[in-house]
Amino acid sequence: MSALGALIQRDIRIALRVGGGALIGVLFFLTVVVLMPFAVGPDLKLLARLGPAILWLGALLSSLLTLDRLFMADHEDGSLDLIAMARTPLELACAAKALAHWLASGLPLIIATPVLGLLLNLDVPATSAVAMTLLAGTPALTFTGMIGAALAVTLHRGGLLLAVLVLPLSIPVLIFGVAASEAAITGPHSFGAPFAILCALSLVSLVVGPFAAAVSLRHGLD
Amino acid sequence: MTLTDLANPTKFLALTARLLPWLVGATILLFLIGLYQSATAPDDYQQGATVKIMFIHVPNAWLSMFVWAVMSAAALGTLVWRHPLADVAAKAAAPIGAAFTFLALLTGSLWGRPMWGTYWEWDARLTSVLILFLMYLGLMALWRAVEDPSRAARAAAVLTLVGAINLPIIKFSVDWWNTLHQPASVFRMGGPTLDHAFLIPLLVMALAFTLLFVTLHLAAMRNEILRRRVRSLQMMQASQKAA
Amino acid sequence: MSLGSYASFILASYLAAALVVAILIGWIALDYRIQKRHLRELEESGVIRRSGRSATEIK
Repeated sequence: MSALGALIQRDIRIALRVGGGALIGVLFFLTVVVLMPFAVGPDLKLLARLGPAILWLGALLSSLLTLDRLFMADHEDGSLDLIAMARTPLELACAAKALAHWLASGLPLIIATPVLGLLLNLDVPATSAVAMTLLAGTPALTFTGMIGAALAVTLHRGGLLLAVLVLPLSIPVLIFGVAASEAAITGPHSFGAPFAILCALSLVSLVVGPFAAAVSLRHGLD
Repeated sequence: MTLTDLANPTKFLALTARLLPWLVGATILLFLIGLYQSATAPDDYQQGATVKIMFIHVPNAWLSMFVWAVMSAAALGTLVWRHPLADVAAKAAAPIGAAFTFLALLTGSLWGRPMWGTYWEWDARLTSVLILFLMYLGLMALWRAVEDPSRAARAAAVLTLVGAINLPIIKFSVDWWNTLHQPASVFRMGGPTLDHAFLIPLLVMALAFTLLFVTLHLAAMRNEILRRRVRSLQMMQASQKAA
Repeated sequence: MSLGSYASFILASYLAAALVVAILIGWIALDYRIQKRHLRELEESGVIRRSGRSATEIK
């Protein structure tokens, strides 16, 4: 098995273990979505109207929470230095880690969405729209967030700084994610346009993220 | 004097000492002219005298982006060419850019109150400037989070460049989002073609604020060079004492 | 020069701009003095720069 394949498999295994934190992300997603009706009120119509936005916000905050883990554990036990020194280009290693992270943390969010959609009084077309936009958009969140994680890995209280750095960069993804969901549910506006842009954002982040993260790691680790 | 000459901090300090008095004088002069022209500008047909706020708001909004561009150029200098003054230039520019961005937000809000009736409106331009302000604050936090100056410079350089790539995307997405959720009142901010009576004071004030930035930036770079000198001397002193 | 009914907003904008600029100038000037003072103190305590030049030398 290639080095990258091994890296992906290793990361997924670690993430799915008890201390790994992947399923904690889903739990946090559930908590956020459950909290919203307490803040907003139990009016089902309002919740249905806000549904896509609540789900997207929950996914965004949950991915932010788990991003901290992306490099931190490896940095603490020294394996990050080994990965940086290996023959595989660091950019590809970062991409592999981000992919593993998305598979372990992002994909469960998408799977949890139909259940949570029920809590928010969303019907099946609405929930599938939101799930599809999350499928297209969460890679962007992971790969862009990876840049912040790489920048913050060598800092002590990096977690909060990470959030501050990553959130402005995530705003376009949020905007188009929610817009695409709403367009599929209610709108006269097309679903295709914002969805295409969302996919474009993800594809761009697939390239920019690993490069920027690799540069940050190289400079931060020496 | 080439860029490589300027890489020497001592030469740079000497140059700054010579340039600063002239820059200060030119800045003051331009502001006097600009303020006089702003004061004597006519009232706008729609906005009345509140159009005068534009002479402060627009230059600051323009500068908030210009300073990020300057920092991006410095970031390239740090990452690609390892130019020693690039670090200094980037760090010195950030608080100044943040201040201009804050002023753009504040004056935009004060301009908006007569026009929209509220102090804050999720208008596309104000919203993207707000996000830019958050990015400035994040960048300043990153500068202060890393102890070693050259490591901090490289981390900040990466964030600055990533931010530069993202800025057009953010502006586009916020603009798009705003047109989707068009508020009930429709307004014109200045309009697409500006009459000479407004354009001239605007350009003079823009030039004045730009010169102000150059002056403040050079002075702040000088301070940063001195701060680094203090730091290395303190470390030398500590090691001499230990010896 | 009559500023119309929203005069307070116009004045507030210009005053806020003046205040922020003044704070910027003040902070930079103050920082300059602080760094010069540190350099003076360091020189007096006998630290020598690698180039041999005075710590407080600017020109």
